[in-house]
Amino acid sequence: MSELTKLTLAKARQGLKDKQFTSQELTSAYLEAIEAANPALNAYVDITAEKAIDMAKQSDERLSAGNAGALEGVPLGIKDLFATKGVHTQAASHILDRFQPEYESTVTANLWRDGAVMLGKLNMDEFAMGSSNETSYYGPVVNPWRAENSNANLVPGGSSGGSASAVSAWLCSAATATDTGGSIRQPAALTGTVGIKPTYGRCSRWGVVAFASSLDQAGPIARTVEDAAIMLGSMSGFDAKDSTSVDLAVPDFAAAVERGVKGLTIGVPDEYRLDGMPAEIEALWRRGVEWLEAEGATVRSISLPHTKYALPAYYIVAPAEASSNLARYDGVKYGLRVSGKDITDMYELSRAEGFGREVKRRVMIGTYVLSAGYYDAYYVRAQKVRTLIKRDFETVFADGVDAILTPATPSAAFGIGDEAMKADPVKMYLNDIFTVTVNMAGLPGIAVPAGKDGAGLPLGLQLIGKPFDEETLFAAGRVIERSAGIEFAPKQWW
Amino acid sequence: MSVDAATVKRIARLARIRIEENEVEAYREELNAILGFVEQLGEVDVEGVEPMTSVMPMSLRLRQDKVTDGGYAERIAANSPLSEDNFFMVPKVVE
Repeated sequence: MSELTKLTLAKARQGLKDKQFTSQELTSAYLEAIEAANPALNAYVDITAEKAIDMAKQSDERLSAGNAGALEGVPLGIKDLFATKGVHTQAASHILDRFQPEYESTVTANLWRDGAVMLGKLNMDEFAMGSSNETSYYGPVVNPWRAENSNANLVPGGSSGGSASAVSAWLCSAATATDTGGSIRQPAALTGTVGIKPTYGRCSRWGVVAFASSLDQAGPIARTVEDAAIMLGSMSGFDAKDSTSVDLAVPDFAAAVERGVKGLTIGVPDEYRLDGMPAEIEALWRRGVEWLEAEGATVRSISLPHTKYALPAYYIVAPAEASSNLARYDGVKYGLRVSGKDITDMYELSRAEGFGREVKRRVMIGTYVLSAGYYDAYYVRAQKVRTLIKRDFETVFADGVDAILTPATPSAAFGIGDEAMKADPVKMYLNDIFTVTVNMAGLPGIAVPAGKDGAGLPLGLQLIGKPFDEETLFAAGRVIERSAGIEFAPKQWW
Repeated sequence: MSVDAATVKRIARLARIRIEENEVEAYREELNAILGFVEQLGEVDVEGVEPMTSVMPMSLRLRQDKVTDGGYAERIAANSPLSEDNFFMVPKVVE
């Protein structure tokens, strides 16, 4: 049975259709795998076994009746940030204690419409604020990958660390995730999985717990480029309930996967070559260029001059939006309440107890940069820099570049409880240095596993595309996946 | 720019997050590390640049000014830590 869990989403879907196995068998295999692995990996914060079996039964009926949806019977993990009706939805925060929404997010509703089965809710950094999945109220997620000859636990990246860990360790066919500054692509790169953040507006944000609304986008983490394309096809689509949702037809992403890169122009930005970048990352990037060239793409060097300002601008814009979005957690409407002597006391005590340290830090930064006298100096300036960052991309795209190739992260997975990162919040923030520009400009970006470092840990490459051209990312991502030719399977120690 | 202890307390108050006296110094250091990092934005020439308001070029859709949803107060109040007859209960705010 355990072999069922190792199937790609595409193969599982085919097997279900061909009646090689039932969704109940596949779902039970995943539930068993989760039960065995979760004490070690901590990827799931809530396992909805009964609901999963029930959904699988209904899928099996539709499969036999011959009216199967695009994801019929496929078991998925859902990041705890997505509202799921009557099911644990806490953004991995204490302040949403016992919250069970009365409604379903549009993205998950789309998945259930297409016949997918929910296995449970996945761990994450609290309110998606973090790059290592160590800020969760439920404790850190463990990366299924370990360095060769080492038993040390590594982080899976964040904030979608539970999604990445679960997909990598065969605890779901694929998972939903979200990305505000790199939270899909960085964990995907650190776990040898594929993650795509689509163009801003492609997936509805309705029912997704808000962090920084002008940057947040949902997307999938999956084991292959094709699986990610199938997932995104179901997750995407116009939604009148999200005022920034874009009314565009959803292309057949999966059909673009084998399209190749012949005739495409790929840009390589000079500004992503950082001082002190590990030689392994540099070499991997070069190999990526060679693979794309070998398949008929033209690769040329480009300049995105405002790249270095993306991360500092992000750390003004994102906390500012977060401080506003998180004002709703006040101990009144839902979640945790700590009693106080008056209403202000109650607010302050509830928020002090309910939010973790990283969330408090960001809410305070956001409050500061939006406060009277500082708004122009910080917030307005950061939004102007954002315009310049976007203009950099527009210039190279107008100049004939179809997609941009960069490393996904500045390093492979690091240890849980890393002392240097604990001591300095900015060190942790630097994890997103290659991914955050994409959110600032609203563009699509995909991380594809492309190689391993000296210790055998996965490394990823990132491709950045034009607005609403995810198809080119799937096509080019597939070329990288195929050229690398590595099976990214962690050694099972859990 | 950097913040002092009094500013940290003022921000915490504005953010409605209780910070104890013995936590102020650590927050002050962390906030200053972040503010020091974002300081480099001062180098960028932003003269004549419009601040971004919408990352994808789009105008907000308008809708009919009609009530299209609602009528389920019990569902709205269902997750409240303290409610009575579908009202949210809070400590007394009017003397």
